[in-house]
Amino acid sequence: MLMELAFAIEVLIAGLLSGVMYSLVALGFVLIFKASGVFNFAQGAMVLFAALTFVRILEMGVNFWLAVAIALAVMILLAIIIERVMLRPLVAQPVIILFMATIGLNYFLEGLAQGIWDSQVHGLDIGIPDVPWMSVLESTNILISLFDVWSAVICGILVLLLAFFFQKGRIGRALRAVADDNQAAMSVGIPLQLIWAIVWAAAGLVALVAGTLWGQRLGVQFSISLVALKALPVLILGGFNSIAGAIIGGLIIGATEKLAEVYLGPIIGGGIESWSAYFIAMLFLIFRPQGLFGEEIIERV
Amino acid sequence: MLYRETGQFKTSYKGDMAIFTIRQDRWALIAVLVFVVIGVPLIASQHVIAGYLVPFLIWSLAAIGLNILTGYTGQLSLGHGAFMAVGAYSAYNLASRVPELPIILVFLLAGLIAAVFGILVGSPSLRIKGFYLAVATLAAQFFVEWVFATYPWFVGGAASMVIDTPPMDIFGYRISSHLDNYYLVAGFVVVGALFAKNLVRSEIGRAWMAIRDMDVAAEVIGIRPLYTKLSAFAVSSFYGGVAGALYAFCYVKSVDFTAFDLFVSLKVLFMVIIGGMGSILGCFLGAAFIVILPIVLNEIAHLFAGQVPSALLTNLEHMIFGGLIIFFLIVEPHGLARLWTTMKEKLRLWPFPH
Repeated sequence: MLMELAFAIEVLIAGLLSGVMYSLVALGFVLIFKASGVFNFAQGAMVLFAALTFVRILEMGVNFWLAVAIALAVMILLAIIIERVMLRPLVAQPVIILFMATIGLNYFLEGLAQGIWDSQVHGLDIGIPDVPWMSVLESTNILISLFDVWSAVICGILVLLLAFFFQKGRIGRALRAVADDNQAAMSVGIPLQLIWAIVWAAAGLVALVAGTLWGQRLGVQFSISLVALKALPVLILGGFNSIAGAIIGGLIIGATEKLAEVYLGPIIGGGIESWSAYFIAMLFLIFRPQGLFGEEIIERV
Repeated sequence: MLYRETGQFKTSYKGDMAIFTIRQDRWALIAVLVFVVIGVPLIASQHVIAGYLVPFLIWSLAAIGLNILTGYTGQLSLGHGAFMAVGAYSAYNLASRVPELPIILVFLLAGLIAAVFGILVGSPSLRIKGFYLAVATLAAQFFVEWVFATYPWFVGGAASMVIDTPPMDIFGYRISSHLDNYYLVAGFVVVGALFAKNLVRSEIGRAWMAIRDMDVAAEVIGIRPLYTKLSAFAVSSFYGGVAGALYAFCYVKSVDFTAFDLFVSLKVLFMVIIGGMGSILGCFLGAAFIVILPIVLNEIAHLFAGQVPSALLTNLEHMIFGGLIIFFLIVEPHGLARLWTTMKEKLRLWPFPH
């Protein structure tokens, strides 16, 4: 009995920690949706692009922090180009057109990332070992990966930074104004285009962190762009425009998904993780259609 | 000069309500139909018919289905591939388990099964809207892929998951050549397109458009949102189901769930957007664009085959495909159908535009 309980707790904690990784990807979606109302389908491709750039620069023998700086610079440059070339001509178009454009961007970035670099699997080691946390294992007999804990800490720091960035200073205020109402913000003189570039760059930073952490776990290759599909249920569960929602949503999805996989999977045939998260998210949506933390949708005629 | 309605008066209500009120449009339609039936077999080679025309027609039918849901009713769906898969697997099971059924009935029944599935998927649409609904339809996409991958019952218990489709007979005539397949598909597409064109002009079509433009306002003027949205899901997935069945039976000649993955859903959505939302003609233009573009890119890639590594070529193809999509959206966000409308406006005044 005690063993089973310990196992259940182990599954729960592993789920929560992997949920943090989902939140990290969902965060990139939320940032862009908040500021521009664009559902950025290319977030997965951005994760791939960032991780590939980073790992290939590292493989050239560049110092770790310098490589981080270069990869970050590339993501900022990418954000500026995306804003210039794609978003600016499409301003004031219906959201579905912008959504389709990001799907096009998704194809483009996937091709670009693998065209410049290559489509081999690259191992990435950022110096955090993927081993059990020994002191917890000895005292409570629960197995927790140290790597998961570290990535949760990194994710937490990133969220705090972003929250701080969104809350303080001129740019923070401008960001919140744009998130609140594009046109009103523009009419009081906030440079909308600059803000969009900043937001896409921030999403690029999040993609870099997510790509690095997922890359260490899975190896940097094409399949990490599919991680974005895992983040979508997190997104609808938490609400498209809430950073807190992305975090809490990720925890809920991660935990229930792991529990469902372990306890429900064997009964109905296994491999259910491809859709179980979506079903969990939909159950929540039936009761709160705008997500847990999404803005209340007020409909007027 | 050629395209002008001068002197064509609508003297009856019936004439006013015709699908194509301008005589030239009617002639153009007849010309296209004659070309489809007689012209294509005369000039197109077997390779062109089997490799390009059949998939083009099937994708057009699928795009009509999605256009009804997304273009006319405004419900964004990323699960159209799932409806196609349900149609394909239903058709396979009906045809192999009940061999007495005529094949055309099999396709229609497959469409009906897909329609029932579509109603199930669409049932949350009353509460969940916009991108939330789009992500919710993804649930259907992944669920269907998983079901067909996990349970061998759907392929008759076979060990391999890719199964050849049984042969098709119509009134004792065996559908065997590429041309037979082409006629079968073309028949479904012509009837389906005309039916859809009429449907969107009918009461239900106007209800769909009212829901698209603003669902709360539509509800206020007495349109039942649940019935309207679910009927759009049903009709849309019926078309998707028939298209999926035709895809399996007449094009690839096998049933395989990997042929209906998420990227198929996105592909059909591309056709609808590039072709033009809320336009039946646009579905054909969009399907032509999306079917032809990779072929053209592939042909161009072949020219460079020896000189550039093949992996790079594949990636370049992806980049050009994505880049062209963005380019088209920037240049003409209302799709190719809008270009066609603009051209007709210009033609009416040509050669004296003032």
